[in-house]
Amino acid sequence: MNAPRHPAAITVRGLRKAFGATSVLRGVDLDVAPGTVTALLGPNGAGKTTTVHILSTLVAPDGGDVTVAGCDLRADPDGVRAAIGLTGQFSAVDGLLTGEDNLLLMGRLRHLGKAERARRAAALLERFDLVDAARRPAVTYSGGMRRRLDLAMTLVGEPAVIFLDEPTTGLDPRSRRAMWDQVRELVADGVTILLTTQYLEEADQLADQVAVLDDGRIVAAGSPDELKRLVPGGHIRLRLPDAVAFAGATAALPDARPDDAALTLEVHGGTGARDLRAVLDRLDRAAVEVDALTVHTPDLDDVFLALTGAPTRPAEHEEGPR
Amino acid sequence: MSASHAMADAVTMVRRNLVHVRYYPTVPLFVAGIPVLFLLLFVYVLGGTLGAGLGGGRADYVEYIVPGVLMFAIAGGAQGAAISVATDLAEGIVARFRSMAISRGAVLTGHVVGNLLQSLAALVLVVAVALAVGFRPQGSPLRWLAAFGVLALLALALMWLAVAMGTAARNVESASNLPAFLMLLPFLGSGFVPAESMSGPLRWFAEVQPFTHAIETIRALLLDLPLGGVALAATLAWSVALAVGGYVWARRIYERRSVR
Repeated sequence: MNAPRHPAAITVRGLRKAFGATSVLRGVDLDVAPGTVTALLGPNGAGKTTTVHILSTLVAPDGGDVTVAGCDLRADPDGVRAAIGLTGQFSAVDGLLTGEDNLLLMGRLRHLGKAERARRAAALLERFDLVDAARRPAVTYSGGMRRRLDLAMTLVGEPAVIFLDEPTTGLDPRSRRAMWDQVRELVADGVTILLTTQYLEEADQLADQVAVLDDGRIVAAGSPDELKRLVPGGHIRLRLPDAVAFAGATAALPDARPDDAALTLEVHGGTGARDLRAVLDRLDRAAVEVDALTVHTPDLDDVFLALTGAPTRPAEHEEGPR
Repeated sequence: MSASHAMADAVTMVRRNLVHVRYYPTVPLFVAGIPVLFLLLFVYVLGGTLGAGLGGGRADYVEYIVPGVLMFAIAGGAQGAAISVATDLAEGIVARFRSMAISRGAVLTGHVVGNLLQSLAALVLVVAVALAVGFRPQGSPLRWLAAFGVLALLALALMWLAVAMGTAARNVESASNLPAFLMLLPFLGSGFVPAESMSGPLRWFAEVQPFTHAIETIRALLLDLPLGGVALAATLAWSVALAVGGYVWARRIYERRSVR
C-alpha cells in the first residue's frame, strides 16, 4: 500500500464506544485516503455498523478523535453531515413516496434549487436504471431496486465521503455486481468510500485498503493481497484420473500432500499465475494427465482463524476451477 | 443551521407528510370518519333519549354534542400523528435524515404540522356534517373564529403530546395505544352528557379534567353562551403547557433514540 499523499479523508484515533456494560469499540484507529475505498471487514458483532454510525454522526462516541472530510466530529457535526452520504444496512428510502419523489426530497433537504433538484433526480434515475419505476411508490420495488434507489438518494448531495454499511448483503449476484460497478464509478469520480462487509471477495474486488475489525479492535490492515498473505491455507489442488497418474504426479511434486483414497494432491504455497505455471510444467515434463485443478485462496474464514483464532462461518467454500 | 434552512426543512417535511396521505389515505379517513360516525350515531340512535334528558329533543342534543365530537376528532387526529411518527421511526429513512445537515426538529415538526392540517380538515368535515343534521350555532363570526383558534391550539398541544408518545413507543402498536385514552376523555367529561349527571368520583373527575374546560369554552363560543373565564384560562394554560412539554419531551427522545 502506498502512503497517503494527501491529508486523510477520514481519521480515527482511539475510538471507543460502549452500550451499557458491553464494550463495542475498544480503541479503533483508522486512516482513509481521499479517493480510495476502505473495507471494514468483520463478523457480526465486531463493531462495523457502530463505527459507521459514529462516523456518520448517528451515535455519539465515548472517546477518541474523529475527523471526516476535514471536519471534527464533535465540534462540527453539521460540517460532517454536509460532506457525507450514508447508505445503511437497512433500506433508507421512503416507501410511501415514489422513486422520483424520494430523490427530489433529498434535493430539497440539500437545499438545492428547483431546476438543479430535477436535473440531479433525472440523471440518477437514468444512471441507476430506475426510469421506468420512477413514478411508482418505493414499497413496490424489489430488493435490488430499493438498494439502487437508496444509493441514488445518497448521491443527490454529491457527498465527498460515502459510508456503505453492508451494501450487498441480501442481494442476488447480478445486483451485487451492479453495486460493485457503481462503487467503482464513484471512486473514479474521486469519492472516498468506507464500506463494511462480511465478504472477503467484496473487499478483494473493491478495496484499496482492508481493515479487519474483531471484538472492537482493528486486528489487521493492509491491501487485500497483504492481508491474504498473512494467512496460510492457499494451495493448488490436483485431482488425478487413476492410480498410475497419481503415482506420476506424486513423484513429480514431492512436496505436495497426497491423499491416496481421493487421488488428490495439495500443493501448498503460492497460488499466483507463476506458481500455477510451475506446477503444470513439472506435470507436463512427467507426462501426467490431470483430471481437475482448483486454486484455493484464503477466504474470510482463513483470515479470521489466523487473526483471531475463531472462525466466522462453519461452512467453507473453495474457489471454482480455473 | 440558518433559520431560513430550518424553516425550509420543516416545510419539506410537512410536504412529505401530506404526500404520504396520497398513497396511504386510511389514517386520515379514520381521523375524519370516526367522529362523523359517532356524531350520526349519537344524534340518530341515542339523541332522542339523551335530548329528552337535557329537557328538550333530538335537535337540542345536536347543539349539545358538537363541541364534544370536535374534541373527539382532535384526539383521534393526535393518535394518527403518534402512529405516523412511530411508523416513520421504524424505517431506515429517519437514520438517513439524522445523518444529513438538516434542522434537527424538522422531522417531528413535519409530523405535527402535517397531522395538524389533516385534523383541521377533519374538523371542517365534522362541522359540515353537523350543519347538515341540524346544527344551528348562534355565535357571531368572531366567536366562530375564536372557537376555531382554540380548537387549533388544542389540536397542536395534543399533537405534540402524541408525537412525543409515538417517538417514545417501542413499536407502532404501542404508539397507537398510548394516546387512545385521549379519545375517551370527551366521554369522561361534558362532551356527550353533562358532568352533573354522572356518579360520585366520576362526576368530580369530569368536572375538573381539562377536556371539560375546553368543551365548555368551545360550546360557549359556538352557541353564544356566557364564556366562563376560568374554563377559558384553564384551556389556554394547559394547551400551552402540553404543547411546550410535548415538544421538549419529543425532541429529547428523538435525539436520544439510538438507531437500530
